[in-house]
Amino acid sequence: MKNNRLLQNPFYKSLMRNMFLTVILVSITPMILVIILLLSRFQTSYEEKVEAHLKELVLKHKQNIDGFLKERMNNIRYLSKVLNIEQLSDEQFLDERLAILQSEFGPVFVDMGIVNDKGKQVAYAGPFKLGEADYHEAEWFKKANTYPNFVSDVFLGLRGLPHFIVSAKKDFKGGEYILRATIDFVAFNNLVENIRIGETGFAFIVNHAGEFQTKPRAASVPNRAILDELLLEGKKIPEKVKVSRKEDSSGRDHIYVTASLKNDDWMLIYQQDTADAFSIVRKAFQIALLIFTIGSLGIVIMSYLISHRTVKRIARADQEKEMMNQQVIETGKLASIGELAAGIAHEINNPVAIMVEEAGWIQDLLEEEEFKKSENLDELNRALKQIGNQGRRCKEITHKLLSFARKTDSRTQEVDINQLIREIIGISEQRAKYSKIVFQSDLYSGLPNVRASQTEIQQIFLNIINNAIDAMEKSGGSITISTRQSTDTVMIEFADTGPGIPMANLGRIFDPFFTTKPVGKGTGLGLSICYGIVKKLGGDIQVKSVVGFGTTFQILLPAITTQNETMNINNG
Amino acid sequence: MNQGRPTVLFVDDEIDFLNTLLKRMSKRGIDVRGAGSGEEGLRLMQKSKSDIIVMDVRMPGMDGIETLREIKRQWPLTEVIMLTGHASLEAAREGMELGAFDYLMKPVDIDELLYKIEDAFGKVLIQQKKIKRLEEAAESKHT
Repeated sequence: MKNNRLLQNPFYKSLMRNMFLTVILVSITPMILVIILLLSRFQTSYEEKVEAHLKELVLKHKQNIDGFLKERMNNIRYLSKVLNIEQLSDEQFLDERLAILQSEFGPVFVDMGIVNDKGKQVAYAGPFKLGEADYHEAEWFKKANTYPNFVSDVFLGLRGLPHFIVSAKKDFKGGEYILRATIDFVAFNNLVENIRIGETGFAFIVNHAGEFQTKPRAASVPNRAILDELLLEGKKIPEKVKVSRKEDSSGRDHIYVTASLKNDDWMLIYQQDTADAFSIVRKAFQIALLIFTIGSLGIVIMSYLISHRTVKRIARADQEKEMMNQQVIETGKLASIGELAAGIAHEINNPVAIMVEEAGWIQDLLEEEEFKKSENLDELNRALKQIGNQGRRCKEITHKLLSFARKTDSRTQEVDINQLIREIIGISEQRAKYSKIVFQSDLYSGLPNVRASQTEIQQIFLNIINNAIDAMEKSGGSITISTRQSTDTVMIEFADTGPGIPMANLGRIFDPFFTTKPVGKGTGLGLSICYGIVKKLGGDIQVKSVVGFGTTFQILLPAITTQNETMNINNG
Repeated sequence: MNQGRPTVLFVDDEIDFLNTLLKRMSKRGIDVRGAGSGEEGLRLMQKSKSDIIVMDVRMPGMDGIETLREIKRQWPLTEVIMLTGHASLEAAREGMELGAFDYLMKPVDIDELLYKIEDAFGKVLIQQKKIKRLEEAAESKHT
């Protein structure tokens, strides 16, 4: 409690705060730096790794898809090269070829047809009734008619199902014909559909106009703006696989890996949420944050405790020093008062000596014959005797003062407690008399001496007696001083008949700066200094008080027993 | 050197005290002289020797102890009685060690001082007697 009160002092508060903040700063700063450095390194290298992995993946699939398209194209070209127009125009024959292709490559080829340069289908093999269909208006026909080999974009066409066409143009005798085959969209879609990584990673294909060539997962298709951007970037260096990051309209960050397909006509796009792609980085961030939080908390608590404890210790040391200083000042004060008293006593001594001497001289003269008859002789003699008596009284007082002053030194020596008490009673009696206080003493005559500083013991006794006199100033009463010996302890008891100390104050009377005297009257240090001295001497001081009856101070001091003495001598 | 009446030198810096004491002492049939300081006391002793010196310990200039030392060096047979205040008990002890006859505390009771002077004079007389006897013995040897 006392220390906490001390810590309220602004000096200690700021000291504590500075220490607290310094410790926190010094411990947390390197931790933050290390965490940031490691995390940023980890993030870069991990992201590089993830990007490289995605690039690899996309490149592989690009090759896959390109290979697939090329292969289908080769199938058709081969057929167009080895077969003549009669064979191709024969629907039965075409059916057989389709069956062979389907059995070789799975249900990739849906149907086949041969179209003349007017766009009219001459022969058809497949599940749909598309014989005699006219394609001369169709987009794919216009393109297929200009290139020897052609792969169309995905479109719905006459059948109303998404599909695309692989075609080969051939100059047969009697005109140009186009052999076309429809590739099943589902089979093609699977090539891309299978690219799935994490929770949000998927791939799709768009043509140069940004139209989807495969069915992307409906959940999160990129919007036009992003697609256009990707396509534009893709066109710059078509042969390379590129990685970029873009934020969509809802604010989510995505990573895009793009590769061109089909001679830069299509684009394979892989999309994944950045957060998903780098989830491990995020996890590392979370762990680091957790460690940082726990670490910081630990540091804060520890630095608080350390600064608190250190400052408390400093405060206590300061307080002890303060008390010591006060004690030194008090002792010094007493010593200087003693010196002053000695000076005064000596100065008074001389005039008193002269007065007594002069009175003696008058008495001498009165012995002479001429005064013998004087009727006032007796009265004169009485007056002179009185002067002599009062002179002696002055002498006693000054001698007491001088003997008190003589002892103001703090050297440790053997102190006769009884003698000291008698002297102190002699000094205090005069003051006590004015307050109608009487001294009683019950001193044990065989009391052993105590090893202490005479001045300090004097100070303790005077303090307690002065307190008692102060307490009984108005009421009067008695102070009983008794000494006793119990084995190797000297016990001195000061019992007054004053008003007593209330219970609430009893526990605090030895606290420094505790006083019930009016401001300026008491420092509140007297008893705490007494306590300090007694404790220093290895003794104890106790107080018992009953309100209305009086207070008793009991001081226990270690006695010098003969045994101790021999021991000391042996040691010495 | 009077057989019945001791010659006493009083040394004290308090002239008022000294004068009254001198008057009282001469009234009691003692051959007295007074000196206001240690230095003056030594000068008077040089002029003519006193049997006994009563001296204050605390004096300005040459203090009682210094004067005592000088007296004991030059006139070892002269007895010295120290007057002290209570505060100079230490000085009194030192004086006793240096060979002072006794000490008294101020203010001094006149009768007490007289007794001390008589005692001291007694000692001086005994000392003188012994010396005289030795001198006579030495003379008879010679003759």
